[in-house]
Amino acid sequence: MQYNSTELMTVVASRILKNSDVCFVGIGLPSAACNLARLTHAPDITLIYESGTIQTKPDVLPLSIGDGELCETALTTVSVPEMFSYWLQGGRITVGFLGGAQIDKFGNINTTVVGDYHKPKVRLPGGGGAPEIAAFCHTIYVIMKQSPRAFVDKVDFITSFGHGDGPGQRKAMGLNTSGPSKIITDLCIMETEEATGEFIVTSIHPGVARETIQENTGWKIRFAGEVATTDAPTLQELEALRVLNEKTKMAHQAKIPCRKFLFARLSAVPSDAMGGVCQG
Amino acid sequence: MQAKIQTLQEAIATHLFDGATVAMEGFTHLIPFAAGHEIIRQGFKNLELVRMTPDMIYDQLIGAGCVRKLRFSWGGNPGVGSLYRLREAIEKGYPQPLEVDEHSHAAMAAAYAAGASGMPCAIFKGYYGADLEKVNPSIKTLACPFTGERLVAVPAIRPDVTIIHAQKASKKGDVSLEGIVGVQKEAVLAAKAAIVTVEEIVDELQPSSPNAVILPSWTVSAVVHVPGGAKPSYAHGYYSRDNKAYIAWEAISKDREKFNEWLQELKSTDYAV
Repeated sequence: MQYNSTELMTVVASRILKNSDVCFVGIGLPSAACNLARLTHAPDITLIYESGTIQTKPDVLPLSIGDGELCETALTTVSVPEMFSYWLQGGRITVGFLGGAQIDKFGNINTTVVGDYHKPKVRLPGGGGAPEIAAFCHTIYVIMKQSPRAFVDKVDFITSFGHGDGPGQRKAMGLNTSGPSKIITDLCIMETEEATGEFIVTSIHPGVARETIQENTGWKIRFAGEVATTDAPTLQELEALRVLNEKTKMAHQAKIPCRKFLFARLSAVPSDAMGGVCQG
Repeated sequence: MQAKIQTLQEAIATHLFDGATVAMEGFTHLIPFAAGHEIIRQGFKNLELVRMTPDMIYDQLIGAGCVRKLRFSWGGNPGVGSLYRLREAIEKGYPQPLEVDEHSHAAMAAAYAAGASGMPCAIFKGYYGADLEKVNPSIKTLACPFTGERLVAVPAIRPDVTIIHAQKASKKGDVSLEGIVGVQKEAVLAAKAAIVTVEEIVDELQPSSPNAVILPSWTVSAVVHVPGGAKPSYAHGYYSRDNKAYIAWEAISKDREKFNEWLQELKSTDYAV
């Protein structure tokens, strides 16, 4: 069965999650991968979104971190200060799933700026929950499309700390968590090499050449002594993912597209007074 | 002192002033859009805005030239992309330069809780190895006086005005909110004045549980009946998030001209209940 690279990444990422994981989920690909795991091999995985929703089981993927769907299907919803203090800082979360704009060979992630902080070329959204997710979740998985712009020798800005510039730095700071341990890309799986703290390739996706991985990595990438070939997505995995994506797409487009929706006065005006269904 | 039931125009005119520190909270849910739009209409300037996740509403306020400074932790259009008015202000100083005081979510949440607790600063564990600590002088470290462990301190958030949207208020001005409750309780209790817009004003609040988030009338300055006041975000139990509108904002935000058209249209439209 044919599949695209986003589907492949999502499926591969979903496989590394376990039924017993308590997972802090970021929006986008991490959310897709975590929910796919829940719908396939890990039905009892605990998913937590930083909006405060604990043990949530959304039917469709949320567009934002706080869609109503997450709250309605959660075991409980706590306040945001409680989420970050008792649950995250308290060390109750086993897996943090992050994405980013840039990542380096030590798993440091940048989602803040490209260029100088005070005079940025590109201002990115910023850290949000990520700096403390990277610190307190027992381990971190990263899911990112590989390109030389994204996989850089040194990130412009460390938003979320990985392994600094070598092993042992986390411990020296008083952190007992492992930090980023796996990166899932559209080309391969990378894992931290214990001796160096550096990410090396441990599994290559079907049909991908080693040269392609190097061309899309901004540092001299190394390969593990034994490199596996990633299993292609199964029919069952792809079907579950596609159904989820289809349901999500329908849910997100269910609203009437209308510029006037961007004003907060709608329920004050009967819908026909707005010209009924707006186009575009 | 009890909350006054006011119109949106009155509440904003009474409590806002040029240069005020204003927090409008709502973690994706219950974002006080209508109140933000009224601030734009009344033309306040040089505001210092505070918000964990400045999304579309802060993009609009920044693009409209109301904002001098932003204290925040994540500035994007969730699941969609950039906030281009925010980016232009930072990257190009348009329509005016924007000073940023940037933190993480954990820091912002702790800083609101500190403000609500009458603390001068929040102390927590965070920013391990993160560069934000190097570029933001208001992030300081200290040693735990008992264990020596490295801790982080950031100033408490004490807004001049906090604005939130809630599901219900009673005629007396007691407020209740449910669902994803975010950091609104802390933001209201941290502020010198608080405006709450609500979907409904009822005779008596009948909370679904004794543990619902309730803000007694005497903690709130003004209650305003604004049904739909959180659109295009959502109000749990009333309407769902208009994800399509968030997706549509991308094209408007990206283009100064389209944004200005949007702004003119907003200014020529009064909110009317």
